[in-house]
Amino acid sequence: MFSIATRELRSLFLSPLAWVILAVIQAILAYVFLIQVEVFLQWQPRLVGFPGAPGLTAIVAAPVFHTAAIVFMLVTPFLTMRLLSEERRSGTLALLLSAPVSVSSIVLGKFLGVMAFLGCALGLVALLPLCLLFGGSLDFELLAAGFLGLVLLVSAFSAAGLFMSSLTAQPTIAAVSTFGLLLLLWLLDWGSGTGSQGAGVLFSYLSLLTHFESLLQGIFDTRDVLYYLIFTALFLLLGIWRLDSERLAP
Amino acid sequence: MYSETLVSVTRLSRYYGKLAAVNDLSFELRRGEVLGFLGPNGAGKTTTMQMLCGTLAPSTGSIRIASVDLLERPREAKRQLGYLPEQPPLYRELTVDEYLHYCGRLRGLSRAATATAVSRAKGRCGLEGCGSRLIGNLSKGYQQRVGIAQAILHRPAVVVLDEPTVGLDPIQIREIRSLIRELGEDHGVILSTHILPEVQAVCDRVQIIHQGRLVLNENRQQLAQRMGQCVLRLGLRRPPPLEVLEAIAGVRQVEALPEGRWRLTFGEGAGRTEELAVRAAEDDWGLFELVSEQRSLEEIFVGLTCGESFAESEPSAEAS
Repeated sequence: MFSIATRELRSLFLSPLAWVILAVIQAILAYVFLIQVEVFLQWQPRLVGFPGAPGLTAIVAAPVFHTAAIVFMLVTPFLTMRLLSEERRSGTLALLLSAPVSVSSIVLGKFLGVMAFLGCALGLVALLPLCLLFGGSLDFELLAAGFLGLVLLVSAFSAAGLFMSSLTAQPTIAAVSTFGLLLLLWLLDWGSGTGSQGAGVLFSYLSLLTHFESLLQGIFDTRDVLYYLIFTALFLLLGIWRLDSERLAP
Repeated sequence: MYSETLVSVTRLSRYYGKLAAVNDLSFELRRGEVLGFLGPNGAGKTTTMQMLCGTLAPSTGSIRIASVDLLERPREAKRQLGYLPEQPPLYRELTVDEYLHYCGRLRGLSRAATATAVSRAKGRCGLEGCGSRLIGNLSKGYQQRVGIAQAILHRPAVVVLDEPTVGLDPIQIREIRSLIRELGEDHGVILSTHILPEVQAVCDRVQIIHQGRLVLNENRQQLAQRMGQCVLRLGLRRPPPLEVLEAIAGVRQVEALPEGRWRLTFGEGAGRTEELAVRAAEDDWGLFELVSEQRSLEEIFVGLTCGESFAESEPSAEAS
């Protein structure tokens, strides 16, 4: 399992795509970060008087993480698209399947590999608010809740992408369908305002966005964390099931 | 001495929908044996290989690798397997060393064991100089070698090679064949191919599969008997009338070939060559050529896979 993960990570770093993605993420988020620091500096004199006014972390880190979530939704499909589809297309899936490893460790290894890469990307994102420590103090609990939300969100993205990649031999198809699925789940919240009460609550619950926002506000609710964990586990299981059923008789 | 059964396949079938790609196949492979798996395209060779290696589950039947059931204990059984699929499973962006190390780790070798295994496999496949080259930049032949190195890396009891010499130049083909023969000495090798001379060159036993069924399963000697039924080609400057040739004892069929050559098929056993030479000299036929023709594997293959049974067309071959 770990050798699969390391191979995956190595291959990712050998491709220019990974470096481009890291650069793009960092460039966009650095821009957002600078804007928010500017906003904070403008607001600071006025905020001083209010008790319970949003602090540095809430004004700078939360928008950065929120933008990061959108950026990751855009780039994760590109990272996950090749995980299994490329193996299938180049025939290396046979190597994995004929090796003494179980299908679940293949899928988990792939997931860990891509998560290790995304972990690097997330680490770089976390450095942005952390560098404020040079001139100020941060609310670490709020920051940690937001970062946890981001990690959970990204793992949900990758699990969905991994499953989509297991369905096809064409990386592009995997990327497009992953992106479509993620965007749909993201936007599901919009539907919550319309329609009947029950459907609205359901849509709002299923949406990837709502659970993330409460974590960004520093509200650590086990239900939100569980939502992401279940989401990730579900798609990993679907991936395992899909790969396993490929061997079986139709 | 080669009594250990490495692979035993019992009543194996695989259906794609209603189509039976492999139908009730049973065979065995022993240590020290190179088994040639022959068949026309679409006969079910690759499907059988895939089932042997666990990349495809059989519809019915059982496979035991080194007396471990592949379906019940797949991880244990797969440890004993090395597999080179039709398309070598290579990561083009890795170097040869990186790739082979990865394969070793994947096969559950320890880090130290992997290092020795990689250098041994590289030596065996003639890859010593290419360790740090990118697989994507290697020629087709070298990529094929990397594929074979991957399959023998962990010294598996059973090596399964699916068309290993496709797309190679003649020198590489010879090298790979001698490698396969070498492997056959201490492993069990299953070789799938549709190149007939390859089978004759390297295999101890031949199985011909046609429409998912096993139609021939013979070892080298049995096959040689089938092939070695006596066919002589004569070149005569002053040939006698056809009737004279037909009247020679044991001759079943005479065929006139261009440029004064004749093909004589004898009914049973070899050993008529001497008599024929004496006769030709006595009767002054002007003998300038006398060649013993072997019935080629190709003819057997065509006979078996084009509907008609070999035994029916050549009843004497079984008797000899």
